[in-house]
Amino acid sequence: MSAQLKEAAAEPAPRISKGGAPPPRRSQERAAKSVPYLLILPAAAVTVLLLGWTLVKNGMLSFQNLNPRQLIQHITEWNGVENYQEVLGSADFWRVTGRSVVFTGANVVLIMTLGCLIGLLLARLGTKLRVLLLLGLVLAWAMPVVAATTVFQWLFDQRFGVVNHVLDALGWHAMADFNWTSGQFSTFFVITTLIVWQSIPFVAINLYAATTTIPKELYEAASLDGAGPWKQFTSVTFPFLKPFFLATTFLEVIWVFKAFTQVFAISEGGPDRLTETLPVYAFVEGMGNQHFGMGAAISILTIVILLALTAYYLRLVLKQEEDEL
Amino acid sequence: MRRSLLGRVWPGAAAVVLFIGFAFPVYWMFTTAFKANKDIVADDPVWFPASPTFEHFKTAVNADGFWTFVGNSFAVTLIAVGLSLVIALLASFAVARMRFKGRKSFILVMMMAQMAPWEVMVIAYYMIVRDAEMLNSLVPLAAIYTVMVLPFTVLTLRGYVAAVPKELEESAMVDGCTRTQAFVRVIFPLLAPGLMATSLFGFITVWNEFPMVLILNKDDAAQTLPVWLTGFRTTFGDDWGATMAASSLFAVPILILFVILQRKAVGGLTSGAVKG
Repeated sequence: MSAQLKEAAAEPAPRISKGGAPPPRRSQERAAKSVPYLLILPAAAVTVLLLGWTLVKNGMLSFQNLNPRQLIQHITEWNGVENYQEVLGSADFWRVTGRSVVFTGANVVLIMTLGCLIGLLLARLGTKLRVLLLLGLVLAWAMPVVAATTVFQWLFDQRFGVVNHVLDALGWHAMADFNWTSGQFSTFFVITTLIVWQSIPFVAINLYAATTTIPKELYEAASLDGAGPWKQFTSVTFPFLKPFFLATTFLEVIWVFKAFTQVFAISEGGPDRLTETLPVYAFVEGMGNQHFGMGAAISILTIVILLALTAYYLRLVLKQEEDEL
Repeated sequence: MRRSLLGRVWPGAAAVVLFIGFAFPVYWMFTTAFKANKDIVADDPVWFPASPTFEHFKTAVNADGFWTFVGNSFAVTLIAVGLSLVIALLASFAVARMRFKGRKSFILVMMMAQMAPWEVMVIAYYMIVRDAEMLNSLVPLAAIYTVMVLPFTVLTLRGYVAAVPKELEESAMVDGCTRTQAFVRVIFPLLAPGLMATSLFGFITVWNEFPMVLILNKDDAAQTLPVWLTGFRTTFGDDWGATMAASSLFAVPILILFVILQRKAVGGLTSGAVKG
């Protein structure tokens, strides 16, 4: 990297004629002031247009009685907060919300714990084994979600799935013909395995990359003070990588909470809608049952819950940005 | 003594076990795709396809619309990733290098946008796209995907731009470059790894996107590979060989891209992630 930097720095210099920059004038100053705004304009414009407008539209839909009839005849039927009343008053919604939060919590804890342990393991390995483990992680990470989902369906297939076969061979004969998507817990087990398997590499590889930036002297000082591995982790590694842990946990919370494809493709929320998480619930209520207004209300509530779950981190980032300015 | 020997052996053993755990599903996908049907439904799993067959790949490739979906997938992915890179590059440069009123708000908007639960807003998108009479078209799809990967691209590239020392730019400007020239000749080449990393993640996101296309494009001519792949199982029943062949075909472009770019991606992503 440093060689690259030097090259790049050295190269353009000779090509450029000296003394080209005229003294700044007022009109130029004004023009310069508008440059950052011009640069962010395209990004801001498309975001406002395609995301902002959709959010507003979504909000408006959530106050409408919108079913196939209204949809086809292009009728707008406002019904105030009725959708919200119905959603918030239904036991289903709260069950799904609780399930979603627990599901997200369990997945994120597993991902962060195992991911960090594997990341620390990567730092301890010799080159060959490290490359081997990195290869495995990269393969899992690079698998497209939809492909990974079909593979997991195949691994956990009732009759010919290799998981059932291995469990049977290991002596757990009851599992020989086990239907994994027949129960709530076992379906969640498959979904969680899939999500954790795919998410660990991001945490592990990035943690490993981040540990390589920690100055060695810190560890030397710590071991001189008689710190064991655990103490070294809590007194050196963790404080040094705190921003990394926060950012990664935040990202994982968002990703897992929003996970739709995995849940939907594995079970479509079944059996008996017992594995519906909030995004799937919004989808099934809104698109599946064609209560579009209800679906919109659920999606607004989903956004609010997600904001509440990540409020702590968002506040931290806001403060940090303030300090930077 | 015994303990230190154990201390030396267990990380290696753990590494091997973990490697198998992480690589096995990918291995199982590829090998199943090459197995003869009687091996796929054998009582004892066949761990390695001794006499590989290409039957399943033929089934997948000859399935209705396969090449249309491939074309559609590549088209929306390349357009969305290309557009978002250009737009994000401009914005990330402004955010990382310039101080201006509204900078903080812009970053905040990007962070919020990154959290946007696209999956739950499909209803609103359906209504908007329907009212514009653009259902079953790749244009709205590509536009939505552009905005979907934009926040991540802006925030990550911002970390990369910030990591390039300001002095490089300044010295180029002292030597007579304009700010634009300094950017094109000095900064841009240094951003190459960052651009590759972010485009890789953008590529994965769009390549995978499923709910939006499922709702907006019911018409076969305008669908993409993820919908085809999830529908494949319904059409082909429990033809696991064909399903795994289809999954392999779907996964291979990403796997290749990722393995080539992963070293650049990993280092860069950390700098982006840690900088927030």
